[in-house]
Amino acid sequence: MADTESSGNGKAFQPRIVAFFCNWCTYAASDLAGASRMKYPANARVIRLMCSGRLDPQFVLAALRQGADGVLVGGCPPGDCHFQEGNSQCRRRFELLCRLVAQLGIEPQRLRLEWISASEADKLRDVVDGMVKQLKELGPLRLEPIPRPEGPGAGDLPPAGVAAEGAPP
Amino acid sequence: MSKPKVGFYWCASCGGCDEAMIDLAEDLLALAETLDIVFWPCAMDFKREDLEAMPDGEMSVCFVNGAIRSSEDREMAGLCRRKARWLVAFGSCSHLGGVPGLANLDSRESLLQAVYGDGLFGNANPGQVRPQQATELPEGTVSLPTLEESVKTLGQVVRVDYVLPGCPPPTRLIARALAAIVEGTLPSPGSVLAPDVALCKQCPRIESKPDGPLLRALRRPHEIRIDPEQCFLAQGLLCLGPATRDGCDHACIRGNMPCTGCLGPTSGTRDFGAAALSAVASLVESNDEHQIAALVAEIPDPAGTFYRYSLPGSMIHKRAGGPASGGARP
Repeated sequence: MADTESSGNGKAFQPRIVAFFCNWCTYAASDLAGASRMKYPANARVIRLMCSGRLDPQFVLAALRQGADGVLVGGCPPGDCHFQEGNSQCRRRFELLCRLVAQLGIEPQRLRLEWISASEADKLRDVVDGMVKQLKELGPLRLEPIPRPEGPGAGDLPPAGVAAEGAPP
Repeated sequence: MSKPKVGFYWCASCGGCDEAMIDLAEDLLALAETLDIVFWPCAMDFKREDLEAMPDGEMSVCFVNGAIRSSEDREMAGLCRRKARWLVAFGSCSHLGGVPGLANLDSRESLLQAVYGDGLFGNANPGQVRPQQATELPEGTVSLPTLEESVKTLGQVVRVDYVLPGCPPPTRLIARALAAIVEGTLPSPGSVLAPDVALCKQCPRIESKPDGPLLRALRRPHEIRIDPEQCFLAQGLLCLGPATRDGCDHACIRGNMPCTGCLGPTSGTRDFGAAALSAVASLVESNDEHQIAALVAEIPDPAGTFYRYSLPGSMIHKRAGGPASGGARP
């Protein structure tokens, strides 16, 4: 995966995408893409969720915090959710989250929610392709590191419990 | 047995936390019988020199309220840490950054520009004079603390042992914590000294909270006559009770105002704003993309709403992308 690291040492920027795919549609589509030997960029690290409705907005922020340049969420098309309305639940949170991250100085285009059914391997390929292109245009996401206690007077123990609120999850 | 020594200090705060101590009223006098207050600049005549003169670890407990905004806050936090056995982050600002933490939506430079440059108050300062860290005078050099690049929580600059959350911490929680110090029954370090349960669970209006999605339109408190019995969310008012830690005795709820989330999250949550956002968005009663977008657009300031007390303590603690000011804000 070394060729997709965003901390480029002279190489062209390769964005890191964390992709949350629902088990019943988009994850199956990525399986199909593989079985069909389709070629698409290897920038997406896929995490399987049982439903896009499981996507906690904290997952998205944690991915960005830990080095993702973009987050892709894939779920079942409207009306086809395995759990009836999980994808709508995802949409509600995602919509508000995009508005929040914009205020935090993060381009909302770094977040993408797509409905990709199990048979739409080609759509999956196009979406990943498009997102890689978009992120290359936006460049790496640069976040300030979370401050940690340091220096004299900071206490000799590593932050624990409550103090670890400042630490990455 | 000698009385436990305690100290109180304030960093970037409004003074409300010290006021909350005063709100203990007669209990404070009773407390002075069992505790020795050795440092409290806001209420009594103590100076930094008094603190510096103490042996390290002299205080049993030091309560520090306020966020870390300036170099002075950072120094004093370090000093309080050294002189106290237990350091308590007191109130929302030292816990998660508090309201002053919303300054992290802007860069230090854009804040200075707004105040001292030709920004908001430009006319008042035609020379655009800015505070200098050091100024030479005939008597010698005088100095001022400097603003840090961002607002930080207490736990981001020194090790913190306990948290008393709230804006300000509820009197009952303060009294309980002080009693625990006197009796030597503080829980293990790292604890938040408040119940680990969401406010909704104990809310007197919980009976009227609908189970499923219910938000068809959002209302602001001044727009409607608020029913004093019914769940705020059921009335279309944004209430952060589902994501907020209980322990406040529901002062706002009983005052017929929705919860704004000052006690922060329960222990299972890393990022309060994201959790609160999730709780509210889940209640939107629509599966239609356009309707959903229109409804969430009724929240004009999501960052200010969901991170009102917790931006510096959140995962994206400071606006990304360099010095651009909050231009993206509506």
